[in-house]
Amino acid sequence: MASVLAQTSPEPATIHSLFAVPGMHCAGCIAKVERGLADVPGIVSARVNYSAKRVAIEHDRALSPPDLRNAIAGIGFAAEPLADPMVDDGNAESGTLLKALAVAGFASMNVMLLSVSIWSGADGATRALFHWLSALIALPTVAYAGQPFFRSAFAALRVGRTNMDVPISIGVLLATGMSLYETITGGRHAWFDGAVMLLTFLLAGRWLDGAMRGKARDGVAALLRQTAPGAYVLEAGQRSWVATPNLAPGMMMQVAAGERFAADGEIRDGRSSIDLSFLTGESQPQAVSIGDMVHAGALNVDGPLTVIVRACGPDTVIADIARMMDAAAQGKSRYVRIADRAARIYAPAVHLLAALSFAGWMLGGAGIHQSLLIATAVLLITCPCALGLAVPAAQVVACGALMRQGILVKDGSALERLAEADRVIFDKTGTLTLGRPEPTNLASLTLEDKPIVLALARASRHPLSIALAGALQSQGIVEAIVSDMVEVPGVGMRGKCDDHPVALERPSGTTAWTGLATEFSTGSNRVLLTFADALRPDAVATTAQLRAMGLEPIIASGDRPQALHDIALATDMLATGRMTPQAKLAMIERLKAQGHRVLMVGDGLNDGPALAAGHVSLAPSSASDVSQLAADAVFLGDSLAPVAIAVRAARRTLAVMRQNFALAIGYNVLAVPLAIAGMVTPLLAALAMSGSSIIVVANALRLRSAAK
Amino acid sequence: MIGLTVLIPIALLLGTMGLVAFFWAVRAGQFDDPDGAALRILNDED
Repeated sequence: MASVLAQTSPEPATIHSLFAVPGMHCAGCIAKVERGLADVPGIVSARVNYSAKRVAIEHDRALSPPDLRNAIAGIGFAAEPLADPMVDDGNAESGTLLKALAVAGFASMNVMLLSVSIWSGADGATRALFHWLSALIALPTVAYAGQPFFRSAFAALRVGRTNMDVPISIGVLLATGMSLYETITGGRHAWFDGAVMLLTFLLAGRWLDGAMRGKARDGVAALLRQTAPGAYVLEAGQRSWVATPNLAPGMMMQVAAGERFAADGEIRDGRSSIDLSFLTGESQPQAVSIGDMVHAGALNVDGPLTVIVRACGPDTVIADIARMMDAAAQGKSRYVRIADRAARIYAPAVHLLAALSFAGWMLGGAGIHQSLLIATAVLLITCPCALGLAVPAAQVVACGALMRQGILVKDGSALERLAEADRVIFDKTGTLTLGRPEPTNLASLTLEDKPIVLALARASRHPLSIALAGALQSQGIVEAIVSDMVEVPGVGMRGKCDDHPVALERPSGTTAWTGLATEFSTGSNRVLLTFADALRPDAVATTAQLRAMGLEPIIASGDRPQALHDIALATDMLATGRMTPQAKLAMIERLKAQGHRVLMVGDGLNDGPALAAGHVSLAPSSASDVSQLAADAVFLGDSLAPVAIAVRAARRTLAVMRQNFALAIGYNVLAVPLAIAGMVTPLLAALAMSGSSIIVVANALRLRSAAK
Repeated sequence: MIGLTVLIPIALLLGTMGLVAFFWAVRAGQFDDPDGAALRILNDED
């Protein structure tokens, strides 16, 4: 196969594929995956990236993604294919910034060394030599490391706007130009150190911002599963692999157990159950057979299915919902971050100030050279060094603290928006509740019965058995020895314990029960175990805390109003039932029109548009993939407490950002009059600049305990 | 002055070498998987 391809196309015979393997935990796992894959025929090499929980595989073109997935499964790890490994914009940007930061850092240290000698009294030829050396280092540095700012400033100016990068660029370029003139004419002061140091501090802020976003994005991506990259298609008796973009309606897909559907379709052959958790967030598989519709992205759990493709690509249900969410997210992308809002006022003020001081000194008869020097000093002193660090430093520290608590914030602006929220809408199933059955009357089992129940429950994969086993294990119960265990399909588990027949079965007709239940029997003794979708731990306390913080909570659910009654009472919230995705969207729009800012917390696909439309949104990690993508932050674990923690941390972050702004402005109020009066020397500028930066970073570090 | 003309180029050269080493490290992927590198050292046969 490879040789045929090599003849027909100049492309290499091997290709790279990327898989997410979230189950790797130790050095042994890395070795196992890499060596295990290297032994598979057709695989050239495999390299694990443990930080991102991914494995990159170089393999023969003949191997399809399901083959590779099965190979990884054969080693004992669950894996999901990831999109094209070449598309990784965030990392590339972060790499560029890191290199620019390294160059700027190197240059500022060297230039500073030379500047310190000049300030200590170097004179005459030595001073001229040091100025020339500084110029030699600083000019290429400004040209290279200043690019991110120049580009952004140019882009803003071209559309007639101004941002934080405009005063930065003008300040740096003017300072460098003036210094070069001073150096050529043998003047007393050169500002190379100030210009380069400014770039270093600002690049540090920019890089921190990018690195934090990248880390959270990786965390969320590791949780995400992807839709299928393609499917095996039956055509005239031939079975061939077709990639998702090439699928067309009418094709017959063969989908094995454990694979995802690549397109919407109708089952033509086979019987299985499918996991729709990517759509609904509900993990209980649904039984399907001939004639049923399946959706792209759903997981085939039990048996092989033959499916005729009805809709693919942009026509699938999932693509439809994605479009709806894109439209709803428009409002969010219009949000202007605090730093940019500050820049809109700050930048023109700074330019006006510099221009006025230039004009003032000209009128005072100081001559064009000295007036320009003073204007440069004003620009350099007012450059938003502290501002550029004030916001990212606070966000990075706060997001790091939240990440340690299991809250992954995807975007720095999410914290700002979270702090502004004044209404919170909860979905019910899967958000306020756990979205899975939990036993409600374990106390009715005796201490002797519990180990037997655990043994029976652990032998079955039924959702109720899994819930039962989990609950008993968390009580510290050790399973009893049960022999002759058999699982009777549709009925339950049977076995023998000390020669007594024991069973865990579907409740018999005499004990009619409407909800979820199972019946445990030893001999003639029967105990009915009931299950309910339990409220998340801390749900009541969390909603009370949110209310105390001024966020009025509301429940919006697609469920029947009767099902909401108990939860609404327990959490003392207003609840609305039978809401469609459109109705949830309308509810948010209505609140927006009233001037409220809505925090949406939801998990199902039906919450996707609402999550995208909310001022800010949170999703549990058990949520559907779509919801995790739409939400601004994802929280791990069963507890609802992270919602309150995140809001509290966001408000503290906003407070610290405001303090940092106040500090930066206070420093300007002190330093600018000196600059206008022409009393700022390069030494004073360097001291003021680094001093103010250290203060704002130190203030931001206080947020390390923000997520407590 | 003689000392300066010798020492300053040496200082700059050493600094540039550090910078070049850092660029090489970034390009060679030394920072791609910091957690994995810490664990790989525990694998005997690599």
